[in-house]
Amino acid sequence: MSQIVLDKLRERFGTAILETHTNYGDDTAVVDRGVWKAVATFLREDPALDFDMPVDLCGVDYPNRMPRMEVVLHLYSVSKGQRVRIKTRVGDDDMDGAELDSLVGVWPGLNWLEREVFDMSGVRFRGHPDLRRILMYPEFEGHPLQRTYPAQKTQPLVEYRTEDEAGVPLNKLEPFGADEGMPFGRKGLPRDGTSPAVPGRRRSLTEDN
Amino acid sequence: MGDVNRSLVLEGSEQGYATTRLDALLGWARKYSLFSYPFITACCGMEFMALTSPRFDVSRFGAEVPRFSPRQSDLLWVVGTVSQRQGPVLKRIYEQMMAPKWVFAFGTCAASGGFYDNYTTVPGIDKIIPVDVYIPGCPPRPEAVLDGLMLLQDKIQRNERRPSVVKPRFDPAESVHDMVRLRRSAADPRALLPAMREHTKRNVGGSAS
Repeated sequence: MSQIVLDKLRERFGTAILETHTNYGDDTAVVDRGVWKAVATFLREDPALDFDMPVDLCGVDYPNRMPRMEVVLHLYSVSKGQRVRIKTRVGDDDMDGAELDSLVGVWPGLNWLEREVFDMSGVRFRGHPDLRRILMYPEFEGHPLQRTYPAQKTQPLVEYRTEDEAGVPLNKLEPFGADEGMPFGRKGLPRDGTSPAVPGRRRSLTEDN
Repeated sequence: MGDVNRSLVLEGSEQGYATTRLDALLGWARKYSLFSYPFITACCGMEFMALTSPRFDVSRFGAEVPRFSPRQSDLLWVVGTVSQRQGPVLKRIYEQMMAPKWVFAFGTCAASGGFYDNYTTVPGIDKIIPVDVYIPGCPPRPEAVLDGLMLLQDKIQRNERRPSVVKPRFDPAESVHDMVRLRRSAADPRALLPAMREHTKRNVGGSAS
């Protein structure tokens, strides 16, 4: 049963279907980016397939591959109870040519998902009605889920306070010792907090009971 | 009425008045009439709800009135993760509050960014606005927040603006170790229940002042 979808795709698109595999009932087809929209339209409109629900769309970066960015589309057919995963690969080392046809005309629900893939992975969708960032802010530069984005790089919108202005260390502190915090009203602590002994050292349950 | 007046008069000043310092009086008035502005962004909000519910009952401390305009509030609760995108919003809200104003960093994310050490999260709201009390925990227990509130009230009374941190009153790991040792020492675990209750009462519930 589960091979039917892949068989139909191979029959219809021939060599434009680059790879297929099936694991535990999960069908996956890697297609040429040139037939991306044709494959989608076929899956949507063929009455025997009827994939009417776009479940997810995401980008996966494989920086050592060429093309490096894989775009993954998960589909579900409500009427047939069938799932399929379609992948395609775009973009060279500098993400040049990372363009795909937008599928918003096929499934309107992909509108925000394509914006997310654009925002996170930098894939541009031709014909998208409103292709702009959806999670990050407009001032953000780069695409954070590309492996070439530095893991520690942040782009704050407001300038951070300096330590001089704050009057306290702003970097993350070492773990606090037993003598820090709670300078008031604790058992065994003087109220002025001058000699903070270990506050009311807990008795062990098994020793002195 | 005469009796009421008498009860307010300090012993030894039967003239009908009492003296204090103005800042002490102001601090005393302020610390029991904190109007809260909850800036709640993430899962710590659940713990904030627990805090304001009857079981923990933050209104015992005069801080139960939430104001949904920063102009009417003097205590800013930053509860949860603050993303870079929210940074300008948080700063603007803080600037809209009228002095004197205080800030809680509720939870590890607000205090330091927590494990969100990445492109999207502010690594601690003290990078943007001053913080009076840090309440670590993921999320903090309501008791820890009440500790923080008492700490803040103490700071308000003393007109103390140095930031401070709520810390546990005993080492939780040590307590767990005790429990495990106790559990292993007994053939019938049910026989241990009274001792465990006593242990909990002594270490967790019994020391609130």
